[in-house]
Amino acid sequence: MPRKIKQKKNICISLENVSISYGKFEAVRNIYCDLPKSKVTALIGPSGCGKSTVLRSLNRMNDLIPGCSLKGRVLFEGIDLYNPQIDPVEVRRRIGMVFQQPNPFPKSIFENIAYGARVNGYTGNLNELVEHSLKKAAVWDECKDKLNDSGYSLSGGQQQRLCIARTIAIEPDVILMDEPCSALDPISTLKIEETIHELKKSYTIIIVTHNMQQALRVSDMTAFYNAEELEGVSGGKVGYLAEFNDTEKIFNSPDHKTTQDYISGKFG
Amino acid sequence: MTSENTTKYSLRRRPKSEKLIDESFRKLTIAMAAMVAVVLVSILLVVFFESTEAIGRYGLSFLVTSEWNPVTDEYGAFTAIYGTMLTSLASLLIAIPLGVGTAIFITENIIPEKIRNLVGLMVELLAAIPSVVLGLWAIMVMEPFLRPFLKQLHENLGWIPIFSSEPIGPGVAPAILILVVMILPIITSISRDSINQVPDKLREAAYGIGATRWSTIFNIILPAAISGIAGGILLALGRAMGETMAVTMIIGNSNNFSWSILSPGYTISALLANQFGEADGSQVSSLMFAALILMILTLVVNIFAQWIVKKLSLKY
Ligand SMILES: Nc1ncnc2c1ncn2[C@@H]1O[C@H](COP(=O)(O)OP(=O)(O)O)[C@@H](O)[C@H]1O
Ligand SMILES: [Mg+2]
Repeated sequence: MPRKIKQKKNICISLENVSISYGKFEAVRNIYCDLPKSKVTALIGPSGCGKSTVLRSLNRMNDLIPGCSLKGRVLFEGIDLYNPQIDPVEVRRRIGMVFQQPNPFPKSIFENIAYGARVNGYTGNLNELVEHSLKKAAVWDECKDKLNDSGYSLSGGQQQRLCIARTIAIEPDVILMDEPCSALDPISTLKIEETIHELKKSYTIIIVTHNMQQALRVSDMTAFYNAEELEGVSGGKVGYLAEFNDTEKIFNSPDHKTTQDYISGKFG
Repeated sequence: MTSENTTKYSLRRRPKSEKLIDESFRKLTIAMAAMVAVVLVSILLVVFFESTEAIGRYGLSFLVTSEWNPVTDEYGAFTAIYGTMLTSLASLLIAIPLGVGTAIFITENIIPEKIRNLVGLMVELLAAIPSVVLGLWAIMVMEPFLRPFLKQLHENLGWIPIFSSEPIGPGVAPAILILVVMILPIITSISRDSINQVPDKLREAAYGIGATRWSTIFNIILPAAISGIAGGILLALGRAMGETMAVTMIIGNSNNFSWSILSPGYTISALLANQFGEADGSQVSSLMFAALILMILTLVVNIFAQWIVKKLSLKY
């Protein structure tokens, strides 16, 4: 086990001078950020500024993209997630992820949840786990009579909640969500937000959203990312963390003018 | 349309000629499609009528006797049928893990992309080698190289019926191996295509809940790609059953029945290729009967393939 590094109290994940590149192209640069435990943190910002990139670096999903590399440190419970001794599979078992597009497995609803549990070596009662997870993700009523039907027999919003249930079932410490509602209708969106409210009692949640209202409704802390053109860097902008504070502060009296402009819809 | 449009759009009304072209194209496609059916049915009919004499004389016993004697006019196709089934199934058994494994290897980001592409290219090139060349290679290089190993097999495991004879040269075992070489590219390239079709979001889903690479491949990706893979396997089976040239050159062409894969044997297609030249009378009819059996076998395999693909195809 790699040596533990001291982290501030009540901080779940710290980014210390993190820069992430795709090949030669640097997507985000020099990020410092302390994500608090048992809170909901929203990542907002114009598209292409690297929100997904940062989010995916937190559970090493970026490892799957050839050429993607990270500089700096990502500390989770005092351990550098990018230490060579760390197994990315184990990281993902502690830090689960819900994606932008609902992506159930082409298996039954029951199997969708049972698979992750089995992969994680779950030894309890699978039936109970499936019921419990679906209830927590607020999709039990829609699923309880058709657990053996394909996950794809559900509507888009239900599929997304099934994916949330699948993540809950592995009992991670942190749940990462990348624009989980962007493919959904307003009613499903509200249902998922309710689910998030329910979940934050037991999990640390980090959610990317480009819906300002949603950030305001669900999050405790908000990180505003922006991108800027740099001199001498060709081919695209480099993302950076522009402002990070309590959601209330960000939305009412942000320190920076760009934050204000973004929140009031002047660009994005 | 009553009101004549005088705008710049000259094609508000489609000219008669264009509709005519549409219509004649439609008829042409129907004619083409019908032609395929006509050719298939007429081949079947010709083969059937040519074989009626043998069917009348031997009936189903043709399938289970292995006499093949033009002098006494005694014919039975059991050796060839057994050879066809044995060579095609055994080659499939070897080629499936190899082919699907190669497909996983060249799609799943396990090794650097350059090497992957190279391996993929070589497998495709394997498909481009003419079967007569493979046959030659089998006779001159593979079989002599293999013989010591086959001898070992016979000496150590000779009590098992399929290894019960001394390998003396051409035989069923080298034929099986040459078939593996021929069907490997089919299985690999079709499996690769169907694995590539599996959307990346399923991979992400699996990795996102902490699945290992192997679990992701075996529990998520392969099940999602199974219909295509199964289709490719059955296509390969069809190919193995019908393959003629290379097999004829290496299988030994003997109608003496033996369980052993180390002794010479026959397949239906090799039998046809070898004997049609100098056959006459009831021998022709018997050969036609054998051909009919081969056609029915491949037809059944193909229908089964379609059914499997439909049955297994998943929705995502
Ligand atoms: N797989 C990838 N390969 C190369 N560049 C990428 C990849 N994914 C994202 N990028 C680039 O990184 C930058 C940030 O992208 P992303 O994190 O998806 O932004 P956001 O989620 O904020 O819209 C963009 O300029 C994008 O083009
Ligand atoms: Mg994004």
